Order: sequence, then structure tokens, then C-alpha cells
Amino acid sequence: MARTLINLPKTAKSGDVIAIKTLISHPMETGFRPGADGRILPRNIVTEFVCRFEDEDIFRAELFPASAANPYLTFTWVATRSGRFSFTWRGDGGFEQTEFAAITVA
Amino acid sequence: MPRRRGLSRPVALVALLLTAAPLRAEPIAPTDRRSSFDQMGAEIQAMQRDDDANPGMLAVADGADLWTRPPSPDRPACAGCHGEAEASMRGVAARYPAWDARTARPIDLQGRINACRRTHQGADPFAHESPDLLALTAFVATQSRGQPIAPPDDARLAPARAEGRALFEARMGQLGLSCAICHDGNWGRRLGSATIPQGHPTGYPLYRLEWQGLGSLQRRLRNCLTGMRAEPFAYGAPETIALEAYLATRAAPLPIEAPAVRP
Amino acid sequence: MSTGETGRAGGIDRRRVIAGAAGTALAVALRPAAAAQPRSETTESAIRRFAGDNPIRPGRVSLDLPPLVDNGNTVPLSVSVESPMTREDHVRRIGVFNEKNPQPNVVTLHLRPGAGRAQVATRIRLADTQRITAIAEMSDGTYWSASADAIVTLAACLEG
Repeated sequence: MARTLINLPKTAKSGDVIAIKTLISHPMETGFRPGADGRILPRNIVTEFVCRFEDEDIFRAELFPASAANPYLTFTWVATRSGRFSFTWRGDGGFEQTEFAAITVA
Repeated sequence: MPRRRGLSRPVALVALLLTAAPLRAEPIAPTDRRSSFDQMGAEIQAMQRDDDANPGMLAVADGADLWTRPPSPDRPACAGCHGEAEASMRGVAARYPAWDARTARPIDLQGRINACRRTHQGADPFAHESPDLLALTAFVATQSRGQPIAPPDDARLAPARAEGRALFEARMGQLGLSCAICHDGNWGRRLGSATIPQGHPTGYPLYRLEWQGLGSLQRRLRNCLTGMRAEPFAYGAPETIALEAYLATRAAPLPIEAPAVRP
Repeated sequence: MSTGETGRAGGIDRRRVIAGAAGTALAVALRPAAAAQPRSETTESAIRRFAGDNPIRPGRVSLDLPPLVDNGNTVPLSVSVESPMTREDHVRRIGVFNEKNPQPNVVTLHLRPGAGRAQVATRIRLADTQRITAIAEMSDGTYWSASADAIVTLAACLEG
């Protein structure tokens, strides 16, 4: 399980535009870099990030080797109702991890 | 990887040596001491300042976990003896390197963590630069964030500090450079397109963009020595600890900023 | 240039010279110039795959990148698009492209009206000094773009 840091307000007023910040620990090995022995290290990157709110996709990102290590993504969402976000990262080697966070909207 | 611009690195360093710049390698006066945070671009400064965006905080979160995890069922976790780190570890990192009575020599923070593991937790020490050691050290160091570096007023540390200073000022390696030539005598000037920092240890362990990960002061010193084309000291070597001890006195009273972000 | 004057200072002597000079040189040689690697695809081709035959107009997109990069491994990038982000008028996708990395794509973002704002920040890798281009696809099928240049240099003290 990779370490993640997810930040969003715990509460918001209906209509507020909130910022959601996400960070995950991942080497994002490009597949272009040689190791100490001179051979190219195999690619190992996060290829996709999906944020859902309840049952709906609200943001998706396709990542490439050009994304930096420990991918950082921030985006926004209009608070409309209370509920739960899910954050899913998928990548090479069958990597998949989902985290959750809840928000209360007045 | 980026293409080099302008003079090749060794030529630039030789030019630095041969220029008329007088060797004003005087230690930096306390009021002139500055963190290299100031020399970074605004975007990387913002990355360090924001705990939700600082990649070093991933390691701090790992360290917080390790703090509460017993190494074996019948031994205490760090929290078992030290309780809440926010209270018990406040100011600790600012006082290291310190004198270790048991081994009768100076010890740095990660050495202290490993000593605790061995003595009080009956566990093997973490390997140098291992993710666990870096995470725990980062977690402990960040509890002193904002506190001024406060080298202990302990005469037993004097020989190590003197050795560290001698190492800092000695010309070494293929280029005959010393740390002092760049970091005491030419800080603020440019080497290539990079601004030479004063070279303080305020942010360690830190997330270095060049490493794409967290690393210790010891790793950085080894990199510096290799960059100078000198033989790097081994991890945990007496020379390394001596350098760390001197660097702490050289940096006081700059505040701890671990986990820093640096290029 | 003489290395003979290291002399003695507090026990340090000239033995502290490189044993691994050859090793250092080898490490430098192994460090790849990614800009010299053959590209998997041209930037133009990647942009065409993203936007099809549609015309791409400059405007409406803002791309923020530090002009002089501290380190090419991690470069903060933020992109925003003027858009009310309503069901009737919103940004569907933003594609970010580079010129000099081994692959032309940087990141592709998929947005929904519920975002409120078309504003995303991330961190990217830049193999060399180059131009980054962001292209936004709007819900009305139009495409808009912005570009930003960044200068990337090597660290002063190479670790080898």
C-alpha cells in the first residue's frame, strides 16, 4: 500500500468550489532510465487517477512517464451534497489503490 | 536528462579556483546565515511550505506510523516510552549531533534512533538511507520545525566540531576544492546556472528533486564530495559525524525546516 | 593544475583523492541524454490524435510553468481554462504535450461540469529546455491552446 496524502475540507456550504489535493508515493520509473548496471530499468508508473463522488466520476487523469515521481494532482469540485469521495490510482504491474474521504455539505 | 549549457562543470570549477576572488573563506557570521530556501524558485518554496503538497510529508506520515509500531510483540514502540512525539520530541532534532555517553562519541539523530532500537527495543538498527530510518528521522525532525538549531553547550563535542571544521576547510580531491571555498567564500554567486548556497543542514532529511526522494544529510555530504571529485566518507564514519557536528554550529540559530524540499 | 597542494590539515592528506576516477567518468557516461533518445511519436502526431482534424485556436487556456526550472525531475505545472463549467458550456479534456521528452504526452485531464472551475495543478518532468503546450477540448467541440517555455539546466555539482 503506497502512502497517500489527500486534503479537502471536511465541511463546505452548498455551492462552494472546494480544492482537492492528492499526493501518492510512487517512483514513476520512466522506462528510459538505466540502472547502475547500464540496463534500462523497466517502466513502473501510475497510468490513471480517478476521483469519484458517490457513484459518479468527477475527475480523471491519464499519467505518462513525464509525470514526476510521487504524483501530485489537485482539482476542484462544487459542493452540492454530503457524501464520500473515492480516489483510485492504477498503474503498471497491476498497481491499484483506492482511498476514501467524506465531506459534509450544509 | 538536461543538456549542459556553457562551460563544462570541471572547467567552471577550475575557473572558480583560478579567479582573483580572494579566499575569504571566513565562517559566516551568525547574522548573515541564510537558508537555501531563499534561493529557490517560488514554486518549489510553495511546495515546501504546503504540508499537503510537500512530498517529504509522505515519509513523515510513514514515520508517524512507525512511531507507534512495536518492533516485536514484547517490546515497546517508540510511543511506548516517548508518548506523543509532538510533545516529547519537540526541540530534540535542534540539539543534534549530541554526545552519546554509552559509546563515548558524538551521535547524530538517526544514529540515536538506531541506538534506541538496539538498546531499548531489542531490534536491529535500520540500514543507512533505508526508507524506515528516513521516515522515522523525518518524523522526529519535523517536531522541531521552526525551532532554532541549538548545538549543545557540551565540551565533549569540541574535538569533533574542530575536526569537522578542519574537514570543511581542507582542500580535497582531484580539484583541490574545499567546502569552505564555495560555501563560505562564494555563497550567493553562481556555479553554472545554480546559485551556491551557504550549505546548512536545516532541512534534513529532505526531499531532493534530483533524488526524486527523501535523503539524509549524510547522503548529501557524500554527493557533495563526489561532485568535488573527492572520496566520499562512509555512512556513519567519524568524519561524517564530525562534519555534521560542525555544520550544526555553523548554522545556528537558523530554524529547523525538515522536511525541506530542494533542487 | 596541481592537486599537489592539499597538504596536511588536521590529519587530512593527499590520500583523500579519487580512487574511483574511472568510476566517476563511467557514471557520467551512463547518464542518458533523454533528448538524444529517439521519440516514440512526434508532438504533432500526438496532438492530432488528441484533437483530430479540428482547428486549434490559441486562447482561453492559461499554462503556468516556472521559466527557469530548479530541477527538471519535478516541475510544478498548473493549467486553467476560462469556462463557466456548466452542463451547457464546460471543458471536457485538457491534453498537455512536450517537445523534447522521449514521449510527447505529459498528462491528459478529463473534467466534468461539477468541477466548478477548470483548474488543475500537477508536477511534471522536463528532459531539457522546451515548450509545453496545453490543449483544451470544450463541450461545443472547439479546441483552444496555450504554450509556455521552460529552461532546464543541470545541477552545478553532479553526483555522477
